[in-house]
Amino acid sequence: MNRDNDKGKILINRSYTMIITKLVLLLIIVLRLYYLQVYQADKYKMMADENRISTRLLIPPRGVIYDRNGVMVASNRQNFQAMIVAEQTPDIQATLDEFKKIMPLSKEEEEKIKKDIKRNRSFVPIKIRDNLSWEEVSKIQLKAPDLQGIYIDEGLSRDYPFGESMAHILGYVSSVNEAEAKADEDSLLKLPEFKIGKAGIEKLFEKELRGKGGSLKLEVNAYGRVMKEIEKIDGIPGKSLSLTIDSRLQQKAYELFGEQSGAAVVLDVHTGEILAFVSAPSYDPNAMSKGLSSKEWKELVNNERKPLSNKAISGQYSPGSTFKTVVALAALESGIVRPETKFSCSGQMFLGNHAFHCWRRTGHGSLNVVEALMHSCDIYFYETAQRIGIERIANMARRFGLGKKLNIGLENEKAGLIPDKVWKKKHFRESWQQGETVIAGIGQGYVLTTPLQLATMVARIANGGFAVTPTFTRVTDKSHIKKINISSDYLDTVKQGMYDVVNVPGGTAYRSHFNINGMEMAGKTGSTQVRRITMKERQTRILRQDELPWKYRDHALFIAFAPYDNPKYGIAVLVEHGGGGSSVAAPIASAILQEAINLNILK
Amino acid sequence: MYKPYETTINNQTQTLGEKFFNISFSYVLFIIMLAIIGIVVLYSAANGHWSPWSVNQLIRFGMGFVLMIVLALMDIRIFMRYAYLLYFITLLMLIMVEVGGHIGMGAQRWINLGIFKIQPSELMKISLVLALARYFHASSLQSIQSVRGIIIPILMALIPAGLIVMQPDLGTSLMLIFTTGAIFFAVGVQIWKFVLVGAGALSVMPVAWHFLHDYQKNRVLTFLDPERDPLGAGYHIIQSKIALGSGGIFGKGFMNGTQSHLNFLPEKHTDFIFTMLSEEFGMIGGIVIIVLNMLILIYSYSFAVRSSNYFGKLVAIGLATNYFLYVFINTAMVLGLIPVVGVPLPLISYGGTVMLSIMASFGIILCVHINRNVQIGKD
Repeated sequence: MNRDNDKGKILINRSYTMIITKLVLLLIIVLRLYYLQVYQADKYKMMADENRISTRLLIPPRGVIYDRNGVMVASNRQNFQAMIVAEQTPDIQATLDEFKKIMPLSKEEEEKIKKDIKRNRSFVPIKIRDNLSWEEVSKIQLKAPDLQGIYIDEGLSRDYPFGESMAHILGYVSSVNEAEAKADEDSLLKLPEFKIGKAGIEKLFEKELRGKGGSLKLEVNAYGRVMKEIEKIDGIPGKSLSLTIDSRLQQKAYELFGEQSGAAVVLDVHTGEILAFVSAPSYDPNAMSKGLSSKEWKELVNNERKPLSNKAISGQYSPGSTFKTVVALAALESGIVRPETKFSCSGQMFLGNHAFHCWRRTGHGSLNVVEALMHSCDIYFYETAQRIGIERIANMARRFGLGKKLNIGLENEKAGLIPDKVWKKKHFRESWQQGETVIAGIGQGYVLTTPLQLATMVARIANGGFAVTPTFTRVTDKSHIKKINISSDYLDTVKQGMYDVVNVPGGTAYRSHFNINGMEMAGKTGSTQVRRITMKERQTRILRQDELPWKYRDHALFIAFAPYDNPKYGIAVLVEHGGGGSSVAAPIASAILQEAINLNILK
Repeated sequence: MYKPYETTINNQTQTLGEKFFNISFSYVLFIIMLAIIGIVVLYSAANGHWSPWSVNQLIRFGMGFVLMIVLALMDIRIFMRYAYLLYFITLLMLIMVEVGGHIGMGAQRWINLGIFKIQPSELMKISLVLALARYFHASSLQSIQSVRGIIIPILMALIPAGLIVMQPDLGTSLMLIFTTGAIFFAVGVQIWKFVLVGAGALSVMPVAWHFLHDYQKNRVLTFLDPERDPLGAGYHIIQSKIALGSGGIFGKGFMNGTQSHLNFLPEKHTDFIFTMLSEEFGMIGGIVIIVLNMLILIYSYSFAVRSSNYFGKLVAIGLATNYFLYVFINTAMVLGLIPVVGVPLPLISYGGTVMLSIMASFGIILCVHINRNVQIGKD
């Protein structure tokens, strides 16, 4: 009985120990609650918010681009997309089959859609097709009962209403590539649907056009499904831009090229504003923004007329006879040749035992500088160049914008080339040859220019010697435009020669002359050989241009300004392998200038 | 004729009515309060719907409540008389489940009786306490403090614990061991024996580690370092801590728990219900649960102390310990104090089996209290 009492006592004592132990353990739970819910509450509140709040960037509308008259040349178009939500579709295959009755889907497209559906959670919308037409949208809506889970989503996509004609100015937008994403911190670039300017103005003014992304804070559950919208911060839309281009003139100029390959640049001679800027053929920037198939891409790249190359700034061509304007200026300034100085042309000239030919085999007889320009006599300029030397020519050419980049901001602008003795030494480790000066005198040999440079050159001649630089942005202040150090008398002499080219019978571009209310054009033709004419050919008969394969034909050039009395428009036209400057390039330039005058672009 | 609901104490017979009014109403009130909180939280867990959880839970609580009252009004000597029989039946069921599980596919914990399922491991928690109480009721202190005297009760615990580990259900098995340990401690087994066993257990741990299932190893490793696999095994603990911590002192409000309602919190209606409650009702809510449970434990121990029969004392202590283990393991686990072992929070977590076994335990504890003056011989 005693032992039993002990047994009971031990039990009671140990019961106390046990209950106290248990209460202490539960107190630890309470302390732990305090630690997590009071001491560390802030940290966990933040983590809970990170869990539930998903922030989405909102792409701001891209800035609209206008021409000089406020016509939209790049805008944002509503893009209707057909989307499918897997969880709202009882049978994905059946629904897609039904969709295909409205619009065919290629096998690859269908596979891709199915793959996307598998890869994403069932509530995530998957794109079936975008860029739907109104007609297609209404068809889908009509068939809605058979297309459960398919809905139409609206997005914005870039639209270029002038298509090809402005592609080489505006460029286009497309998906961000890796290098671009690396170079730019903006988190917008991480969005798969975001598009960035890839070329042209779109690339040059990317920062301004882009704007700033907004954000949308959403509450999401553990599977990423959106439960509700918490907060929306609107972004800043991209700035709109006004270009100097006149879309009417641009369109007309592009159309004038037809199937031809080449470039044309029209400038306001007093400001350098670019009124038209054509490189033909071109590409469709709308298709480019949507993305090309590899076949379409290959076609563009392999086209021998190079639609992707911007010939107005990237194409470097011998200026040919258009260069004679600069040579004439250099000659007059040198004093060696005076306006009344005459040289005689017999059709050929010998330097040592090497013969240099005039384009006219029978020769021009005796002529002064104005007449030489009018008839584009080669011999006259051989003689002139030989007397004044390459340095004077190069110096003058540079003053008129040749030989270095004009930096209009578009990619792949080339500097052209104005050769001189130093250059030759540096590049060929050889001294300059007299014959090379002679050749340079007619704008052949080493001399290379871009159509943009030629337009700048003619503008500087036309405006009385002001160093305008071409630009796509409006010029409001002309005070920074410097006067070129040249006598206006010399300029007038050259202009007179250019006037005679067009307006005096016998001038090389006489066929292209016009007179609109007394407004006339002055210009200079140029044709540059891309092949060597052999001695044998000279002895028998030089082949006509239309007898040669396209790529062996001469490049046709024409520079001009108008009106002659009160110059406003300066133009350079180049037609690759077009044949003769007078027959091919001048008519195009003439038509463009007439259009500009008729539109009265510069009042 | 034997009348199970009447007991004779000192020649005075308690009628059924007298017994009923002997029930500790405070104790029952704590239980009801916890159950109501559970039903309310389940309502929130179902995003403001009574179905499927709250309604079922209410029905189960009702059934459990009836069971509790019935057991409370029984004669405590019946539990004593049938303790071994119940133990052997339960053990048999455990073996059946084990064999059935090997024949069938995968882990098997249930015996399907048609109308409802019995989980023998759950029943064993009660059966073992009753059987051990009966064993020690009859033992002398001398026998208890000898090695021979405790071999049989050790086996009584280890056999079912071993069977349950093989199911595999480490949590339940450990609970059986701990409950047995508590009973051993209460009856007066010397402290040094516990130390010895504890040291032994520690030394075989590396060996035991070898026998753990991969998912059990993962639970332990994840507990030690939840960041080890934040999207996999560690996800539960991390999300649970975020839910708790973000609840703060006063909580996010009823039905406003973001972690739970947006499904970041797994198992919010079962094992992690304490987390959900603490997210929505904050530290205040959590403390209310803990305090109610402390009261239930304090009352249970006071019943044990006040009982005049050794069997009753031990049964109350054993069952209270079992209940405590549920509460402590569950809360400590969701708070990241111990590895996730899959133990629900009794009365609050959604689930039928635990509800019934816990309500049965409360019934038996109440029965101990009502029969506190019954003397039981050593027969």
